[in-house]
Amino acid sequence: MAEAIEAEGLVMRFGAVIALDGVSLVGRTGAVLGMLGPNGSGKTTTVRVLATLLRPTAGHARVCGFDTVSDPHRVRARIGLTGQYASVDEDLSGLENLYLIGRLFGLSRRQARTRAGDLIEMFNLAEAAARRARTYSGGMRRRLDLAASLVGNPAVLFLDEPTTGLDPHSRNDVWRMVTELVADGTTVLLTTQYLEEADRLADDIVVVDHGRVIAYGTPDELKSRAGAQTLHVRLTGPEQLDVAAATVAELVGTRPARDLDTNLLTSRVSDPAVLAVLVRRFDEAGIVPAELALLRPSLDEVFLGLTGHLDRPGQPELVGSDVTDTDRSAA
Amino acid sequence: MNTATGMSAGPPHTAASAGPAGVETAGSFAAPPGRAGGRRVGFVDGVRHGLILAWRNMIKGWRTPEQLFDVTLQPIVFVLLFVFFFGGAVAGDWHRYLRYVIPGIMVQTVLMASMYTGMTLNSDLATGVFDRFRSLPIARSAALVGAVLGDFVRYVVAAVFVVGFGMILGFRIHTNPLAAVAAGGLVIAMALALSCVSALVGMLARSPGTVQGVSFMMMLPLSFGSSAFVQADTMPSGLRAFVHANPVTHLVEASRGLMLGGPVAGPVLACLAWTAGIIVVFAPLSVRAYLRRT
Repeated sequence: MAEAIEAEGLVMRFGAVIALDGVSLVGRTGAVLGMLGPNGSGKTTTVRVLATLLRPTAGHARVCGFDTVSDPHRVRARIGLTGQYASVDEDLSGLENLYLIGRLFGLSRRQARTRAGDLIEMFNLAEAAARRARTYSGGMRRRLDLAASLVGNPAVLFLDEPTTGLDPHSRNDVWRMVTELVADGTTVLLTTQYLEEADRLADDIVVVDHGRVIAYGTPDELKSRAGAQTLHVRLTGPEQLDVAAATVAELVGTRPARDLDTNLLTSRVSDPAVLAVLVRRFDEAGIVPAELALLRPSLDEVFLGLTGHLDRPGQPELVGSDVTDTDRSAA
Repeated sequence: MNTATGMSAGPPHTAASAGPAGVETAGSFAAPPGRAGGRRVGFVDGVRHGLILAWRNMIKGWRTPEQLFDVTLQPIVFVLLFVFFFGGAVAGDWHRYLRYVIPGIMVQTVLMASMYTGMTLNSDLATGVFDRFRSLPIARSAALVGAVLGDFVRYVVAAVFVVGFGMILGFRIHTNPLAAVAAGGLVIAMALALSCVSALVGMLARSPGTVQGVSFMMMLPLSFGSSAFVQADTMPSGLRAFVHANPVTHLVEASRGLMLGGPVAGPVLACLAWTAGIIVVFAPLSVRAYLRRT
């Protein structure tokens, strides 16, 4: 059977600018496809092509089995779209926004009211339902936007940077909602600049840069592609640092990097079996480490390795390799 | 936030369920009939979508009362200005001018109000709302139809305010209410036609400010270069030719005839012809510009 999202060789030219330079991807039915890339890499353009808002210069795409160019109406009947900026009508209340879309989807007045009410409830907007969307906070707006994209009960949901500019709390809300939607069988294409987000939500990740797909795979595949793992040995104090470093060097073959402030030794290793041996050696030498772990590379490192640059302005708190615990398989 | 169970809004469609929506059973709501699977939007559905979006534009209008100034306060100011400032000079005394100028101001105000369509469209285009509309299974032209029809109530308000305020000052309808309503209808029909022009300007212009400027440039000569405020006899011959050709003149003459008595058939026919002509030319043009822009 055809997958929910299939794109082949999408090219999008705006005058002299080539926004997409042959993007092919597959969003498996019922899974989350994370599209990861820096600003201007072609994420939004891809979403706009898939959501029938743009007609590609070349290539073609099918969503739910329907061609986005020759059969856009059938595609539109099956998708939901949440843009980078919340596309809600600021002069209408939250309830009216959802009611309007329900009506446009062909619901009767009563059905549209019920559907709007249900979604308001689901997205925790009941108190603000009658207020104009203009008065909503960023997080509320995004929730309303997400609710609006669900009015038509879409089979495929496009989320274009759904958490950009949200505070961590609202971001967690969005993440939870996406997880729940996927549990119900919705196919999601999520674009993001945040590796953590892709790692957390996506079943498959396609990495784009300069309008091209530069990598494709599960988060795990991408991480293992980046190669070596990192051994972390943290000691309780500086006393045994030299002995421990010598032990590690002997085992791994290279001297570990030392951080004297935190009593941390790090070393790149390619054989995970090293860990078991190291535990035994430490035991024999009477070294009791405070922390001993083999860390897989974070997606940040993967991304850096693939693109040669990290381009995510405005989010310094996520830059660096110490993003998330889920990246790591602690020993 | 929501619970895991709260999210189950029904089974999503997959490639396999491209059939009729009626097959869906589970879920808290019926499957929207709009996704019943057609390749195109039918005419009736298209009209319905347009009317729903007209409803949206209407509510938006009421929500921001300052957007109604041009159809409420402005006509009152215009009536006061023309009747009392120029009335004596133009017609000898303001009573006589009131009778002459009220149909003219009605026409001018309603037609001016139609220029608003392009501004709304233009500022809407810049927001994400239009992206949402375009991602919905609705007629492509629905947003355009909605913008044009959404201003209908504004035209009614404008006409009622001018004539109503005129009547407070002593303006009287000499024919019958039905004829007066017909005059209003004629003016509103022309306004709807002109709002297609405005929509086109709105699609081509880069900012709402540009739309306003261009609209003003268009409407000023049309409204003042007509018999709305002064009789054409007083003008130089070249200008007179323009005034006689101007559709606004026909509209003003038709309104005068329908409200005060006098020849009606000729100007009314001219008005209808102009209205139809403007729609035939500019509706497709603005639809095309809309499709190209979006």
